[in-house]
Amino acid sequence: MSKNDNSIYSKALLLSIVAAVTVLIGTIATVFVPMFTEGMHPKTDGLKPFTALELAGRDIYQAEGCINCHTQTVRPLKADVMRYGAYSKAGEFAYDRPFLWGSKRTGPDLARIGGKYPDEWHIQHFESPQAFYPKSNMPPYPWLKNQPVNADSTIASMNALSFPYTEAEVQELKESTKLDALVAYMQVLGTSIAREAAVTVDYAAIPAESPLKGSADAVAMGEKLYKAECAGCHGVNAEGNIGASLVDYSMNDMPGNDTYYIIANGFEGAMPGYAAKFSNEKIWAIVEYINSLKDK
Amino acid sequence: MNEYQYDYKTVRGFVVSAIFWGVIGLVAGLLISAQMWDARLNFGEYLSFGRLRTFHTNVLAYGLGIGAEFGLFYYIVIRLTKRPLVLPKLARFHLWLFNVGIALAGISLLAGMNQSLEYAEFEWPIDIAIVILWVIFAINILGTIFTRKEKHMYVSLWYVIATVITVAILYIVNNLAIPATLFKSYHLFAGVNSANVEWWYGHNAVGFLFTTPILAMFYYFLPKSTGLPIFSHRLSIISFWSLIFAYLWTGAHHLVYTPLPDWIQTLGIAFTLFLIAPSWGSVVNGYFTVDKDWSRMRTHYLTKFFIIGITFYGLQTIQGPSQGIRVISSLIHYTDWVPGHVHMGTMGWVTMVICASIYYMLPAMYKTQIYSEKIANTHFWLVLIGQLMMSISMWITGIQQGAMWKMTAEDGSLQYTFMESLLRNYPYWQMRTLAGVIFVVGMLFFIYNVYMTMKKGKENLAKLQAA
Repeated sequence: MSKNDNSIYSKALLLSIVAAVTVLIGTIATVFVPMFTEGMHPKTDGLKPFTALELAGRDIYQAEGCINCHTQTVRPLKADVMRYGAYSKAGEFAYDRPFLWGSKRTGPDLARIGGKYPDEWHIQHFESPQAFYPKSNMPPYPWLKNQPVNADSTIASMNALSFPYTEAEVQELKESTKLDALVAYMQVLGTSIAREAAVTVDYAAIPAESPLKGSADAVAMGEKLYKAECAGCHGVNAEGNIGASLVDYSMNDMPGNDTYYIIANGFEGAMPGYAAKFSNEKIWAIVEYINSLKDK
Repeated sequence: MNEYQYDYKTVRGFVVSAIFWGVIGLVAGLLISAQMWDARLNFGEYLSFGRLRTFHTNVLAYGLGIGAEFGLFYYIVIRLTKRPLVLPKLARFHLWLFNVGIALAGISLLAGMNQSLEYAEFEWPIDIAIVILWVIFAINILGTIFTRKEKHMYVSLWYVIATVITVAILYIVNNLAIPATLFKSYHLFAGVNSANVEWWYGHNAVGFLFTTPILAMFYYFLPKSTGLPIFSHRLSIISFWSLIFAYLWTGAHHLVYTPLPDWIQTLGIAFTLFLIAPSWGSVVNGYFTVDKDWSRMRTHYLTKFFIIGITFYGLQTIQGPSQGIRVISSLIHYTDWVPGHVHMGTMGWVTMVICASIYYMLPAMYKTQIYSEKIANTHFWLVLIGQLMMSISMWITGIQQGAMWKMTAEDGSLQYTFMESLLRNYPYWQMRTLAGVIFVVGMLFFIYNVYMTMKKGKENLAKLQAA
C-alpha cells in the first residue's frame, strides 16, 4: 500500500469535514431544499384538522403499532384503486404528524376506510376480527372498550398542534373509551375528498333473470363466499347482526337483479359495494345462495 | 498485561450486552412470526403483534446491532490508532448507559410509546438519551482517532468516522418533534414532508448502521483473520467516497407510487441504481483478497464467514436497487418480499460479519484460541440454512401476494379478495417460523462458543499474569 503522508487519509479532521460535506450534499438536495418548496405542503380543500376524539384515536393507532400491518396510501395503480378507492393525494395529509403511510400490508390499506363500514362494524371487529373472518390474523383488541381516553394528554396534544376544539369536544373526550376514539379516527380517514366507487353497476345493465338460476353449484359457491366475506355483518346463519337478516330478506322473493344491484353497489356508510371485488359470476352465486335461504 | 487491558473490558461488556439483547430480540421475533399465522398467540395488550414487532426490530437493531458495533468499534479504533481510548472511564459509563437505555426503550415500546416512524419509534425523552449516548461515543472515538499514534488512517477508520458523523445528523433531524406530554410528541414535519424526512433517515439508518460499520469490520477483520492484505487500496477509496455520497440521495425509493413528488422519487431511484457500483466495489475487493488462496474457504472457518457474509451484502445491494424500480416496486412493495430482503441483509450479512469479528477478536484479546472451530462451523451452517429458508420463503409468498392483489377476472373485477391472498401466506409464514428456530439454534451454538472461549481466556490470562 503506497502511503502519501500528506494525503487526506493522514488528516483526521480534514477527512471528517469532507465526509460530513459529502453526506450533506444529497441531504440538502433531496430533503432540505424540497422542504421549502410548495409541492411539499399541499392541502386539500375539504381537509379539516383532527377533532380531539379523532386525534385521541390516532394516538392509539400509533401506540398499538397498527402501522406495522396497515398502510394508509392508495397507489395510482388500477388494482389498488379498485380494491381500496381513489388513489391518495398529497394534500390529504397536511395534518398528519407524522405521516402514517406505512410500508407493509399484512392487513388491507386503510386510506379510504372512513365511511366504508358503520361504526358498529369497527366496534365488533376490534373486539374479535375472527368473528368476521375466522382465519384472520389480526390481533383482537378487547381491552380498548374498557379503557377511558386520557383526556388531559389529548388536550395537551391539541394545544401542541394548535388544532381548534370546543368545550363540547372536551366533554365528549372525557366520556369516551379508547375504542370510541379509535373508531372515530377510522371513520375520518380518507374522507377529505368525495368518496367514489371504482366500479358501479347500472341497474338497467343487470339481466332480470340470474344466469345461474337453480344451479346447486352456484348456491354452494355463494355460501362459501358468504361465509368468507359477508357473515360478519349478516350473521353466520344469515339471520342478521349489524346488517339485515337475509333469511327475512329472502322471504320477500325479491327479484334477482335487485339483490345483485345491492351487492354490487352497497349502501353509503352502511355496506360496501362489491362490484370491483367480485366477478359477475360470484355476485350471482351469492344471489342464488340468498334465494336458497327461504327454503331452509 | 498490556496497556489496553482496561479498554478491552468495555469491549467485552458490549459484546456480552449485545448477545443478551440479541437473545431477547430473537425470541420476540419467533413469537411474532407465529402470531402472523395464529392470532391466538397475541397475549393481551403488551404482547400483541403491533407492539411486539416494533420491539423486535428495535431491540435487534439497537441492542444487538449497535451494541456489537460499539464494542467492535472501540476495539478496531484502539488497534488502528495504536493507543488506548482517550477517555476509558467515559466508555465504561457509555456501556452502562447503553444497557439502561435499551431496557427503558424496549419497555417504552411495549407500553405503547411509539412515534410510528419506522426505525425511529422511540419517544422524545429516549431520543435525547440516545443523542447523549452517541455524543459520548463520538467524543471517545473521534478523540482517539485525532490523537492517534499511527499517522496513516486505515480504511476501517474512514468508515468509522463516516458512521459517527452521519448517524448523528440523521437521528437528530428525523427525531425533531413537538412534545405534547412526557410520553407523546408529534413529528415536526407533516404529511408528504414527514414521509420524505423519515425515509431519508430510514434508508440511511440501514446505510450507516448496517452497511458502513459492517464494512469497517470487514476491511479490518478479513485481512487480520486470513493474513491476506486487502486487494486494492484504490478500490477501497473509490468505493468509500462514492458509497457515502450516493446513499443520502436514495431514501425516496421507499415511497414509490406514494403522493411524494415524482421528481424526488425518480431521483431516489436513479441514485439507488448507481449505488450498486460502490457496494460491489467492496464485494469485489473482498473476493480478490481471498483470490490469492481460495482453499481457505475450506480450511479456515473465518474466511467462510466473511466471504459468505460479503456475498449476501452483494446480493442485498443488487436486490435492493432492483426493488426501487417502479415496475418491480408495483408488484412487491407492501408484500412479504420486503421483510425477506431485510432478513437476508440482517441475518446473512450483518450478523454473519459481527459474529465472525467477535470470533476473531475474543481470542486475540485473551491471547488464546477459539474454544471450538467445530461448533463455529455448526453455527455457520445453521444460520446460513435458517436465513436462506426465511428469505426465500418470504420472496415466494411476496410475489404471490403481489400477483394476487393485481389479478383480475375476465369481466375486469378483482380475482381475489384480500382475505384469500392473506390465507395463502400461512404455509410460508409457518416455514418462516421454522427457519427462525433453525437460525436461533445456530445463534445458541455461537453463544456457547463465545462463553467457553471467554472462560478459557480468563484462565489463560490468569496463568499469563502468574507467570
